[in-house]
Amino acid sequence: MPTNVLMPALSPTMEKGKLSRWLKKEGDAVRSGDVIAEIETDKATMEVEAVDEGVLAKILVAEGTEDVPVNDVIAIIAEEGEDVAAAPKAPEQKAKAPESAKAGEQGKAEKQADQPAAAKQSAAAPTRTAPAGADQPAPGHDGKRVFASPLARRLAKEAGLDLAGLTGSGPRGRIVERDVLEAKQAGGARPAASTTAAAPALAGGPDGAAVRAMFAPDSFEEIPLDGMRKTIARRLVESKQSVPHFYLTVDCEIDALLALRADINGAAPKGEDGKPAWKVSVNDLVVKAFATALRRTPDANVSFAGDAILRHKAVDVGVAVSIPGGLLTPVIRNADAKSISVISQEVRDLAARAQNRRLKPEEYTGGAAAVSNLGMYGVREFAAVINPPHATILAVGEGQQRVIVRDGQPAVATMMTVTLSVDHRAVDGVLGAQLLQAFRALVEKPAAILA
Amino acid sequence: MAETYDIIVIGSGPGGYVTAIRAAQLGFRTAIVEREHLGGICLNWGCIPTKALLRSAEIHHYMERAEDYGLSAGKPGFDIGKVVARSRGVSRQLNTGVGFLLKKNKVDVIWGEATLTRAAASGKPAAITVKPTQKKAMQPQPPEPKGVSGPGEYEAKHVILATGARPRVLPGQEPDGKLVWTYFEAMVPPELPKSLLVIGSGAIGIEFASFYRAFGTEVTVVEVLPQILPVEDAEIAALARKRLEKRGIKFLTGAKVTGLDRRKDSVVATIDDGKTQQKIEVSRVLAAVGVVGNIENLGLEKLGVKTERGCVVTDGLGRTNVPGVYAIGDVAGPPMLAHKAEHEGVLCVEAIKGLPAHAMEKTRIPGCTYCDPQVASVGLTEAKAKEAGHDIRVGRFPFIGNGKAIALGEPEGLVKTIFEKSTGKLLGAHMVGTEVTELIHSFVVAMNLETTEEDLIASVFPHPTLSETIHESVLDAWGRAIHI
Repeated sequence: MPTNVLMPALSPTMEKGKLSRWLKKEGDAVRSGDVIAEIETDKATMEVEAVDEGVLAKILVAEGTEDVPVNDVIAIIAEEGEDVAAAPKAPEQKAKAPESAKAGEQGKAEKQADQPAAAKQSAAAPTRTAPAGADQPAPGHDGKRVFASPLARRLAKEAGLDLAGLTGSGPRGRIVERDVLEAKQAGGARPAASTTAAAPALAGGPDGAAVRAMFAPDSFEEIPLDGMRKTIARRLVESKQSVPHFYLTVDCEIDALLALRADINGAAPKGEDGKPAWKVSVNDLVVKAFATALRRTPDANVSFAGDAILRHKAVDVGVAVSIPGGLLTPVIRNADAKSISVISQEVRDLAARAQNRRLKPEEYTGGAAAVSNLGMYGVREFAAVINPPHATILAVGEGQQRVIVRDGQPAVATMMTVTLSVDHRAVDGVLGAQLLQAFRALVEKPAAILA
Repeated sequence: MAETYDIIVIGSGPGGYVTAIRAAQLGFRTAIVEREHLGGICLNWGCIPTKALLRSAEIHHYMERAEDYGLSAGKPGFDIGKVVARSRGVSRQLNTGVGFLLKKNKVDVIWGEATLTRAAASGKPAAITVKPTQKKAMQPQPPEPKGVSGPGEYEAKHVILATGARPRVLPGQEPDGKLVWTYFEAMVPPELPKSLLVIGSGAIGIEFASFYRAFGTEVTVVEVLPQILPVEDAEIAALARKRLEKRGIKFLTGAKVTGLDRRKDSVVATIDDGKTQQKIEVSRVLAAVGVVGNIENLGLEKLGVKTERGCVVTDGLGRTNVPGVYAIGDVAGPPMLAHKAEHEGVLCVEAIKGLPAHAMEKTRIPGCTYCDPQVASVGLTEAKAKEAGHDIRVGRFPFIGNGKAIALGEPEGLVKTIFEKSTGKLLGAHMVGTEVTELIHSFVVAMNLETTEEDLIASVFPHPTLSETIHESVLDAWGRAIHI
């Protein structure tokens, strides 16, 4: 099948460019990675690489042409001996491709930060979040079939790699065992080689050699990536790339919450060893309050599933736990229905086992929301990265005494700033605000969380 | 001025001529240098003529068993001269065929012995000098083909060494052309020896043992390792040994030939198995202790081409340490098999052309031994798989459970499959039995396409055929075999 070579974008905002030079002639053999042309804008020059092997069958845009729209077909690469005249489907492709890739439009939509942006985003990348079914050929980012050997499919599934993100080195770009093993070693899916090299550093991050080259050889120590670090890198890049985040921040007055905590801990019966039966933390109360808020805002207790939104019946809340070399997010199931002391115990137990990496997978998968707390490190406020399939994550800052204005008068209160990161595909601005409002109300009048 | 080519291939064995044809297909101006016979050892003194001999042996064996099939044919006889003549005829036919193929693809043939005199550098092509053939012919050679170029100076951008290998000679066991043979003499015996001592139980040794035994020669095989067919899976080799012993071949494993006393028309061999020494007298000895690469007189030392253990060191795509000099096939190292050479040669020229090429996966190269019963395999043996740390599943299916094998009167055989437990990756397949050399390719294709057990189980194998044993063996690895 002939492959169309498209006009690449040098930057996300580039819409047109000049095709300055062809480095190959019609009829030349090309292999994947060969530089076939140069394009330029007023800011930069860039090389166009072939992604397929074959013969440069047809040049459609002459050297020196200005203002070539991004994603226009500029040439066709055919297999050896293939009849090209019969093949090109350039006009059709052009008609289909533009919306998702027109970077300028995307930028505009993002600024509006409301529903249309989310819809557009999800239309552009519907397959990324869909689980890659191992029994079916995994579709690529563009919905095309991904060719991979059965063994490669199985290995990718086991490693949790998305085949669509890999570059195949087998016959005709088929993904084979070696590609999956290399990707695993490299810590995740590499971006498919693409003529639209506008975003060079995708899931795999920048090329390691290129980064090393920026520093003097002996000026650093190399720490090889372990499995957890690779997973964190992969999942967070995936999240930031495919989940349209927006952020909502509120300040909560927590003096009542602190008083409640003191009461609860004061009421703890002493065990035989003289230790109190429980000692709940502010974070335990935050988890409980967030779970209760989610129960009261059920439309926000959801996951985005590509072709549907899953509204969860249970309220399961993940709690980010820092462990040596990384972090885990064990999940408190039915957190809204559990007493604070039970939540406290569970968090303690899960965190302890997370430290030793003794958690079972089912203990850190699932859930629709999470809490991440950096308050104990004096952080006032921050924004966390959503951990799919969660739709939200609550970033909790330090409780600090601040001067506030109450009834027109300055007053001192203990304030805690929280920021909710929201997956806009599943939860819109108002809904997110409602969830946060419910949370704040519970934290400020905490008796309700005991109800 | 020297004639200049894009590519010159030295040696026209299966590796060399296939390489030359592929190079010509890719548009390179190509020549091939040959010193004695188009088609090399494989076609003239190896793979092909032995298959012709073994076919005669097989038919003879069937004739002896005619009664088992309800047939009568009297006592079968043979004329070893005619058996050999048929084998030579087969070689001749194919040798001529190679000439036609080269001509058809416009590959020039240069007759003589080539030496590299200059490597390609700074835009200048490599140079080779071709001299008239110096090597003494081991056996009568086919005539020099018509229309070939003669000795002289030639140049090429790329020179591909495909010079093959020759029998390894151990001290004290030097072949003499009469009493102590290599495969050259064994291929064209003037008469059947009464007894034969075969040193080495690799494919060559076992095939000749099988051939000579079929016509009544008393055959003893000495193997230094504890297992015959040392590269094969131990279980398969043991089964083959049992069958061959039943046919009357004697095996002395874990034993060494420490001396050969050459008499007038016989040889007394001293064999040491580490505990005892014994002397046996045999009519002829066949030294079949492997082959070594032909790396001499090619000018490699002068150019600084790196060699190791009698072979040229390459990167898997034929490239040596000297730009513009390549090596493929036996001379580039084991496994020394014709099909490996062909494939390596094709990869080499495709890489020169700039086509995407990956070095060959050596674990995906099948091996076949055409004794009776045949042995065929690809990938890791059970022992090797364990040694490599794989957690494995092993499937076994005997021919006795296969309808076609019973109908053929060949119920002795085994198909053994080795999978990685966690991934279902096919690590190895090993077969012994009738016609298994024609069955192994299923596994080769499966392995190359990286199928897992799932795909093999989902494939429909025709009934009734021996190939059903492949399916059953895979099923057995998952505890699902039907017919056992």
